[in-house]
Amino acid sequence: MLNAVDREIPEYLEGYGKMKLFDKFKEGSVKDLDRFQDRLVYPNRKKIISSIKRAVEAVGLKDGMTISFHHHFRSGDLTINLVLNELASMGFKDLIVSASSLTDVHAALIPLVREGVIRKFETSGLRGGLAEFISNGMMEIPIQIRSHGGRARAIVNGDLHIDVAFLGVSSCDVYGNANGFTGQNACGSLGYAKVDAEYADHVVMITDNLVECPNIPFSIPQNQVDHVVVVDKVGDTAGIMSGATRFTKNPRDLLIARHAADVVEASGYFYDGFSLQTGSGGASLATTRFLSEKMARRDIKASFALGGITGQIVKMHEEGLIGKLLDVQSFDLTAVQSLRKNPNHYEISAAYYANPDDEGSAVNQLDVVILSALEIDVDFNVNVMTGSDGVIRGASGGHCDTAAGACVTIIVAPLLRGRIPTVCDRVHTIITPGKTVDVLVTDQGIAVNPLRPELQERLMKSGLPVCSIEDLKERAYKLTGVPREIRVEDRIVGVVNYRDGSVIDVIRQVAK
Amino acid sequence: MISRLRRTMLYAPGNNAGMVRDVHIYGSDSIMFDLEDSVSVHEKDSARFLVYQTLRTMDYGRKETVVRVNGLDTPYGLEDFNAIVRAKPDIIRLPKTETPEDVMEADRLITGIEEEIGMEVGTIKMFAAIESALGILNAYPIAKASKRLVGIAIGAEDYVTDLKTTRSKEGVELLMARSQIVVAARAAGISAIDTVFSDVDDEEGLIRETALVKQLGFDGKSVINPRQIDPVHKIFTPGSKEIHNALNVIEAIKEAEAKGSGVISLNGKMIDKPIVDRAKRVLDLAVVARAYNPESGEVLC
Repeated sequence: MLNAVDREIPEYLEGYGKMKLFDKFKEGSVKDLDRFQDRLVYPNRKKIISSIKRAVEAVGLKDGMTISFHHHFRSGDLTINLVLNELASMGFKDLIVSASSLTDVHAALIPLVREGVIRKFETSGLRGGLAEFISNGMMEIPIQIRSHGGRARAIVNGDLHIDVAFLGVSSCDVYGNANGFTGQNACGSLGYAKVDAEYADHVVMITDNLVECPNIPFSIPQNQVDHVVVVDKVGDTAGIMSGATRFTKNPRDLLIARHAADVVEASGYFYDGFSLQTGSGGASLATTRFLSEKMARRDIKASFALGGITGQIVKMHEEGLIGKLLDVQSFDLTAVQSLRKNPNHYEISAAYYANPDDEGSAVNQLDVVILSALEIDVDFNVNVMTGSDGVIRGASGGHCDTAAGACVTIIVAPLLRGRIPTVCDRVHTIITPGKTVDVLVTDQGIAVNPLRPELQERLMKSGLPVCSIEDLKERAYKLTGVPREIRVEDRIVGVVNYRDGSVIDVIRQVAK
Repeated sequence: MISRLRRTMLYAPGNNAGMVRDVHIYGSDSIMFDLEDSVSVHEKDSARFLVYQTLRTMDYGRKETVVRVNGLDTPYGLEDFNAIVRAKPDIIRLPKTETPEDVMEADRLITGIEEEIGMEVGTIKMFAAIESALGILNAYPIAKASKRLVGIAIGAEDYVTDLKTTRSKEGVELLMARSQIVVAARAAGISAIDTVFSDVDDEEGLIRETALVKQLGFDGKSVINPRQIDPVHKIFTPGSKEIHNALNVIEAIKEAEAKGSGVISLNGKMIDKPIVDRAKRVLDLAVVARAYNPESGEVLC
């Protein structure tokens, strides 16, 4: 018999036994050219690897394992789809994808769910095609929703074990020192990624901007990183603006914002050195404008602002109205630039931000938080997850974390959206329990949670239009009629964890 | 005594359901549903129907409700009156009023409908918009033409067209008409309301124009966007300094009266009746605008 190198070899030889013929290298090169290429491009560097595929092989990823991602690029994220498509082509199955959040761009993952590459999603939120796919019961295993603080807690205490974290960063050196605020495709804070980097078994940095070593300042240090892979593009910076973080001209939002600022002023927690967090919605953002006027007028300065940092908050910081910015996520390019240049604009991890097991977490130091709502019920429970058709179209985010931590939790929302009442008898999905919500500010009145009679008294004393939340609901129902209940199937498509890991609600498949 | 403020009258096109539904939430003193120029001829019926149903359904509290109807010289005017009187707004606003007869005709029509449906005659008040050279010359007779009339307003766009000129930022072409409106309104003891400022993004221009018309003597201004309400209110509401001055004047008269002194002076300046009357009006305005609490004596702005 001829073997692979054309030598005549007998099948059996007395004294040796059965001969297994050399059959390797029949086609092409036998040597690992990728590895040689690594050496040429990055001589004497062991961490850097030429492709995602090789990084995956190097960390020993297996079917059924949990891989993690961050969502700092928001709608501009390219990393998640890139990595998962690579894993699909490598033949992986049954992966658990744990992302700090997912957006509309991840509709591209639907085929991978169908092919069995992805078994389960764990995320803070979901929008667009993938959200509809899941809401319609197209996934075998329900998704798991965690708040930002809840996810950090789960990672730290081991409830969420990450086998491999794939972290897209806009700047990284060959040893893995990385940040998100330099480079052409900057996303700002890497607050969510920091927790993954610290606790994942393996960490693969994916960057489109390999810089001189050491890359300082770094947000994620090299000792947490196993491998570095260079790709064409990690993310699109323009995508982080998706939340429309500009000042609104919408008169209704402005009206709500003015009332919200009045509520802050009258709450008793508007003192020199107070702290605040605002969301990125129109009314919430505009509140910062009215608040800064009040702060300037009364010579009040905030000690810190927390959370998703916006250009408006940066402006207040640069004007001296806010001492420090604690940034777990940058909401626009102004915030990204500020993180790079302002020494008191500081990047924090999701665990420092909101881990409920940590008494000192930043949310527990908050005086005031202003949050939005898709729905709020007469018990002040808030839904920021499912729309009026029951389809997933939102994110838990830091909503329940900040609501639980802040001295005054203010929800801003219009009483009606089109013909849909925002205030209702019973929200479709509870993300934030009503007992942690203090004030609701709508365009048609302000309601205070009866659990906070002292707040109610202060607001009424200031002449604000305070009424009961039932009154607001009645006012809305008078115009719209009582909304029909959203029709759902029995099947559960999503499990909503409260920040402590307990199940606060489930999301059911929308009716066929 | 001033019973209500008319610093701002916010327009809502009568055929826009969303705006009609929410026009009351922005804090203008009056709200005005328009059936006239902001509604196209194809939408006249639906606007009338929507405003009629809205007025009968919504609870606007104490907010003054106004409906601008189409003129009786148009195919829509009569139907507007017939529907809107029955929906019982506080005020019907007549467009393009040129003569006292226009007002009297509307008055007779409203009286007829009120009688027909058993509503107390005189329930519905009227406002007249004057928008032509003839109207301006007739301003006083118009202002006196009906007991229902609570105010007159100037409509600038039609007026400058009638004058064969255009509107300028400074408004010099409107000066005579504006003054005529104020003088006629004061002589008749009714309100004078200024025209709209149509560039909603030019807040500075709005402030400049509002300061001018306030100085001319107007009570308020029509507004077309909720964002215009605050700047206009700020100008038409007495500020803290003005209120304190007025309080000092009133205090000085009280003291002088107690002493039986004939001559009153404050900080070396003589105080006479017009000054006292102005101070009283400032305080009246401040009370209605909730800028001053006469019971506690607190100035709230």
